[in-house]
Amino acid sequence: MAQTILGIILNGLLIGGIYALVAMGFSLQYGVARVLNLAHGEFIMFAAFSSLSLYTLFGINPLISVVIVAIGMFIVGFALHSTMFRSLLKSSPSPAAFEGSSLLAAFGLLYIIQNTAKIIWPGLPSWATFLAFPIRILGVLILANKVVALSFALVIALAFYLFLARTRMGKAIRAAAEDRATAGLMGINVDSMLALCFGLGAGLAGIAGVLYSMCYGSSTDMGMANTFIAMAVVVLGGLGSVPGAFIGGLILGVISQILRQYAPIFAMPAFYFIFLIMILARPAGILGKR
Amino acid sequence: MNIATLTSKKFLAPAVLVLIVVVLATLPLYISPGTRTLLLDFLMYIILAVAWTMFSGPTGYISLASAAFFGIGVYTPGLLYAEGAPLLPLPVVLAVAGLVAFCCALAVGAATLRLRGIFFTMFSFGLLGAAQPIIQFFEFETHGARGRYVESIGANNVYYLLLIIFVAAMVTAYLLRRSRYGLALQSIGGNEEAAAHMGVDTTRMKVLFFGVSGIFMGITGAMMAIRWHYVDPSIAFNLNYSFLPLLMALVGGMGQLYGPVIGALGFAYLRWVLLSTQYYMLIFGIIMIVFILFVPGGLASLIERGRHRLREVIAKLPKRGETTEHANT
Repeated sequence: MAQTILGIILNGLLIGGIYALVAMGFSLQYGVARVLNLAHGEFIMFAAFSSLSLYTLFGINPLISVVIVAIGMFIVGFALHSTMFRSLLKSSPSPAAFEGSSLLAAFGLLYIIQNTAKIIWPGLPSWATFLAFPIRILGVLILANKVVALSFALVIALAFYLFLARTRMGKAIRAAAEDRATAGLMGINVDSMLALCFGLGAGLAGIAGVLYSMCYGSSTDMGMANTFIAMAVVVLGGLGSVPGAFIGGLILGVISQILRQYAPIFAMPAFYFIFLIMILARPAGILGKR
Repeated sequence: MNIATLTSKKFLAPAVLVLIVVVLATLPLYISPGTRTLLLDFLMYIILAVAWTMFSGPTGYISLASAAFFGIGVYTPGLLYAEGAPLLPLPVVLAVAGLVAFCCALAVGAATLRLRGIFFTMFSFGLLGAAQPIIQFFEFETHGARGRYVESIGANNVYYLLLIIFVAAMVTAYLLRRSRYGLALQSIGGNEEAAAHMGVDTTRMKVLFFGVSGIFMGITGAMMAIRWHYVDPSIAFNLNYSFLPLLMALVGGMGQLYGPVIGALGFAYLRWVLLSTQYYMLIFGIIMIVFILFVPGGLASLIERGRHRLREVIAKLPKRGETTEHANT
């Protein structure tokens, strides 16, 4: 019994690491760039298939392709923000109007990415995984790829936190999130900070996607579930808070593992229920400031 | 009464609506079943787009829950109007579908519409993901199959019922735009705090009209279940039914009553033409982004600008006539 519980918690934390990465990117994109990226899950799906193709076509190991995919996704995200979302931002009469039009643009993006992926990678979902051999931790058998994924998630989350909290650029990003106009007056290039954050969010989605496909395989329909997970985690941890997204991800990971054990079909309704409770009781999230 | 008052906007909209209804009501007498299928699509998408615009257009609160309400509506006949053993008469089934969707919308609205719009949008997006597994689980538990068959009533009857719902939706949207409730919703979209200070009970207004738009989506869903004779969770709960009404309203233009209608006609037709190419949603996504970037007011704003210019030209015409007359004499 104790072994089962330990197994559930460990496995929950392992998938929670990926959820945390998924949600951190989403949170950053909304928290700083004010874009509710409904296409976030599609970025993850695209990254998952990209790493799969890099492996099957060129034999590139996912542990190396994660870097290539993350950089590629960052460039795509940066370019998207500095063209489409920036021009929307300039033409929007109010911040609320921008939130509306940018999320609609992201909705359009969702269909563009999803259908492009369906054209490039037609056919059934792929269950190919990488490093799927068991290792024993605290007496529980766990697949090695999940451990690799969690270590990746931890390192990246820590690096990210330090980047935002300690570096000059991180300070500039936080200033741009706090008050765009004043940050601009202080000599911060706000436009490029916002594009940088959107790009970093996409890059994080890229990393999450590669790690996800490494552990659980990939399908062209996996995007929406991931976007939804990102939303639930972000509301749990506090909209716009990166540490909150990380902790929320781990919590939701454990909850999803418990459900996976006993009632797998109810994972999404359970997330929705948590979402509802958070919205009713504490809309700012467990770590939220506002 | 002269021509000017007859063509003024006050009479134009109802008159056009009556004319359209008369034409639509007689159409099944002389069209092919294939065309009728297209017409059914037109009506369905118009109702969904108009219903979506009723709430989200003036308030600016973007709802992604259309598919969930539509799906709830689709499932109601699945349970109450099963093939061979309908539990309730059809009008009651439709009323139940509308009522269930209304109550769901009220619940979702009451939970989230007090908060910032972004929470509402996220929550309405999640509704679809939460509802589908529950229904799927229910299907497996109760009769172990994927879906259910629904009693059929004949394509023409479906068409006429849908026409009635279409008229009800258009009339509701028209009256809403002219009423103080419509004005209240507009003011919420303009500046919610100011609206609240002016004495508008903003939360109540938002929740109520989110519910009203949900009714039409639910009833339309129920009609579609009867049209398809078959329902299963993946047919009923499809993100496309959230995306398409929104896309149609956006491209058509939410500023005018006819905006979502022309958007729905255009995209339903485009979908009909492109259906054989599997990935037409890619094209729809691109069109959506192009319109958000370059024509934020939609086609209706272009038409209104054109009409305005035309009126200016017409206003100048008599003057030119006078001068030419003067020159002739």
